[in-house]
Amino acid sequence: MSQFIQQLLNGLFLGSIYALIALGYTMVYGVLRFINFAHGDVFMLGAFTGLYLNKLMGPILAALPWPVAILIVLVLSMAICAALGILIEWLAYRPLRDKPRLNVLITAIGVSLLIEYTGQLVFGATQQPFPAIIPKVNVGGLGGLTVTMTQVIVSVTAVALMIGLRFIVMKTKMGMAMRALSLNPTASSLMGVNNSVVISFTFGLGSALAAAGGILYASLYPSIEPFMGILPGLKAFVAAVLGGIGNIPGAALGGLIIGVTETLVAGYSDVLGIPSGYRDGVAFVILILILLFKPSGLLGKVEREKV
Amino acid sequence: MPTLAAMFSPRSFASLTALAGALVISFTGCKKEGSNANADEIVIGEVAAMTGGTATFGTSSHAGTQMAIDEINAAGGLLGKKLKLITEDDQSKQGEAGTVAKKLISREKIVALLGEVASGRSLEMAPICQKAGIPMISPASTNPKVTETGDFIFRVCFIDPFQGTVMAKFAMSRGWKKVAILTDTKQDYSVGLAQFFKEYFAKNGGTITGEQSYGSGDKDFKAQLTAIKAGAPDAIFASGYYNETGLIAAQARELGITAPLLGGDGWDSPSLVEVAGKAIEGSFFSNHFSNEDQSPKIQEFVKKFQAKHGKTPDAMAALGYDSAMILADAMKRAGTTEGKALRDAIAATKDFDGITGKITLDEKRNANKSAVVLTIKDGKFSFVESLAP
Amino acid sequence: MKQYQSQLALIIALAVSLGVSLCSSSIDDYYLDIMLNVGINVLLAVSLNLVNGHTGQFSLGHAAFMAVGAYGSSIVTLEMGAAMIHVFGGHGWFAEGLTFLIALSIGGLCAAICGWMVGVPSLRLRGDYLAIVTLGFNEIIRVVLQNTSGDGPFGGALGLKGIEPYTNFFWVFATAAIAIYTISALVNSTYGRGFLAVRDDEIAGESMGVNTVRYKVIAFVTGSFFAGLAGGLYAHLRTTISPEGFNFLKSVDVVVMVILGGMGSTVGVILAAVVLTVLNEFLRDFEQYRMIVFSLLLIVMMIVRPQGLLPATVFQRRKQA
Repeated sequence: MSQFIQQLLNGLFLGSIYALIALGYTMVYGVLRFINFAHGDVFMLGAFTGLYLNKLMGPILAALPWPVAILIVLVLSMAICAALGILIEWLAYRPLRDKPRLNVLITAIGVSLLIEYTGQLVFGATQQPFPAIIPKVNVGGLGGLTVTMTQVIVSVTAVALMIGLRFIVMKTKMGMAMRALSLNPTASSLMGVNNSVVISFTFGLGSALAAAGGILYASLYPSIEPFMGILPGLKAFVAAVLGGIGNIPGAALGGLIIGVTETLVAGYSDVLGIPSGYRDGVAFVILILILLFKPSGLLGKVEREKV
Repeated sequence: MPTLAAMFSPRSFASLTALAGALVISFTGCKKEGSNANADEIVIGEVAAMTGGTATFGTSSHAGTQMAIDEINAAGGLLGKKLKLITEDDQSKQGEAGTVAKKLISREKIVALLGEVASGRSLEMAPICQKAGIPMISPASTNPKVTETGDFIFRVCFIDPFQGTVMAKFAMSRGWKKVAILTDTKQDYSVGLAQFFKEYFAKNGGTITGEQSYGSGDKDFKAQLTAIKAGAPDAIFASGYYNETGLIAAQARELGITAPLLGGDGWDSPSLVEVAGKAIEGSFFSNHFSNEDQSPKIQEFVKKFQAKHGKTPDAMAALGYDSAMILADAMKRAGTTEGKALRDAIAATKDFDGITGKITLDEKRNANKSAVVLTIKDGKFSFVESLAP
Repeated sequence: MKQYQSQLALIIALAVSLGVSLCSSSIDDYYLDIMLNVGINVLLAVSLNLVNGHTGQFSLGHAAFMAVGAYGSSIVTLEMGAAMIHVFGGHGWFAEGLTFLIALSIGGLCAAICGWMVGVPSLRLRGDYLAIVTLGFNEIIRVVLQNTSGDGPFGGALGLKGIEPYTNFFWVFATAAIAIYTISALVNSTYGRGFLAVRDDEIAGESMGVNTVRYKVIAFVTGSFFAGLAGGLYAHLRTTISPEGFNFLKSVDVVVMVILGGMGSTVGVILAAVVLTVLNEFLRDFEQYRMIVFSLLLIVMMIVRPQGLLPATVFQRRKQA
């Protein structure tokens, strides 16, 4: 039993990061109706920004208490990646605003590959250790269960960011504009919403969340490389589809479900009679199943395509 | 209404046919001429992954190979000629190794081929070399199937069955009876090691408490490790590469697993300790050589390598060096670079005093030599024991 | 006469490839290898073009279907090749050729079946979902193949080795020619107008009575079939295959060819496949920059020239009223 609870915990911690990345996909999709393929790569850039910040400000960070240090790194990388996200949108996606969606998708794939391979050239292809800003201590030894400080911080931060996002979208003026734009771009601009500003803001916000996800992920799994964003990015996308793309609580739910399912498949592979290496295929099987049976996702609304 | 219908289907044919024709015309007649084999040069080919996923291994083995060639040339060359090493990058990609091997053989007129590190890509080149009658020496492909391709294919490293068995013997000698296995299913190397470890260990009274797997590039191993923990093993045989092993060690300790990890030569990188930190202390892995070995030959190699590249050589560099040296030794004995004679001379290699040990090539063209077991102590790899075949 | 033009072209192409094949022993091995790579890439690009270009869908998993075809045909020749050759009258060009033809067809059919299984659920949805599903399928195929037993018929992570080198100039270029002919004929037939309708305006097409899902599935299955053939040719050229060789990046290579050539332009796509394959040989030393340049090209092309470098319209100069 304690093994099952441990596996459940493992899955929830992993899932909280998928959820965080999934939020970015869902937000951009909600506003612009396209899959921002490069989202997983901004996540990678977030981790590397954290690494370089740590190299630059190492002595200062070491002198500060660790919660302050991690906060500084988190906020700075989020800011840098937000700026980067806005820049990407401005350079690559904005010129295609009224073009067929396929062209935007191809551009997004291009941007994704560009970030990955430029990253490989700049950072090197080999894995680099991510500094341990959060102390490595176990905080829960109850009944043979282990929970590390890193895991606690990661999930608390993830939840805090999700609540913050919910607040921005539901309670602020900008959030209202985002929702209006997502319902009908033409009508929203007629109502005095500056669509371009809202789209830039959405990209910035999404990229900031991806960066936070990158830092948290790297703290949990302290070995980072330029291609680290691909798989978590894809899984997070599946999470967004599972929850109902465009739906913020849905993305969070989807992330947790993917994290837990994947962990359980790997942890109980001998019971299931399959190799635990199948875990990487789990998310995609879920994707195909959800598209077969409930394409609108768990919490999403059915949408008819109109002319 | 013949719009684009009839328009461009015949046109595309025309263009394809014309192109095929043009390609053929421009390329035929090139055969067997334009050999750049200079009269006073012996051209040796090398295929290594200089870019892409396994570039760390490729660049390392290339550095060793190049150093050997430079040393031979500095000492006056071979058979009255200088050696010329032509290196081609296969970009760590399937399909590329075969193409560049053909390029080296038909364009550069190489007399022998050194490479690849990865078994999968060596298997791609082996039939090409065999067909062309060009001896090929792989520095570090440990899969048994590589040299099974034919009598022109050799290697200077030990093979997976041996390495897996060595670690199983080592585990038994430490009194560990229960071992869990964690393999990287993306790497045939890892799967092979685990398989041979398991066979020997189970046959000799050991118990395998659990078998788990993952794929290279994964970061989260807690699910697998939690399952492994339930079996309370004395040790965990983690046969993957260093990239993931560092994370595995760290996560195992976080979950409260204290059993040491065991592994193979894929652990050999400083990055292992950088990622795992204290978590990897007290774990063991088998390797081709220890750069701590105090024998003058090895220390001289380490010193020269350090002077040139600013870092201590790893096993790949040592194997790359040995592969070139064995080839040179065979050329000297054969007195010619002709394929068949060279092949026979390489096959006759006996007790060659290499960096990675005394190398004798057996009838299956595999290197017969001992492995060393290293442990991680104070963040450094330190020698534990040497195990003969 | 005009209506037989394309058939005539096909016959000429087949004859030329057979002719070249017969004297291929006088071609340098390396150059022959490049030519065969060119042919296989043309086949891949043209078949992906049916899906991504003519039908306006977006598949990112072409390498997965190639993998299915490669494994399917290789398993046939490895496990049953000897028996089949024996039945067909012992070694010789006829028995070996027939065996290879059967193996290739089985590989292609396996890929087509997979294409059908993936296509039916995902093609009911919008194009960008197909991109992710095919990408996911690519991953699933890789994961499943890698986790098979090393001693089993799929060979696990090491893959298969010792595949007979049946692939030669004739097989590659004959298959490519047949693929081009079939796909052109399909798209240019009255029936095939449906593909273009799906691409140009799905909703309008549907309201005019075009069964868009069926067209999409047909395009996808046909594309998968030819990708499977390309996989089979590739396997019997390289003589060894492994799951890692059919990863996402392989799919991206083909996508780049289709986009650069011009989605929906057969000639453009063929030229792009040829140029990029040959260019790859010259740019070996710049491998690290290759993907950076390709990805930049994708972005810039979509902004500046989304129709590709050689769009279909370029070849319509002789347009008649």
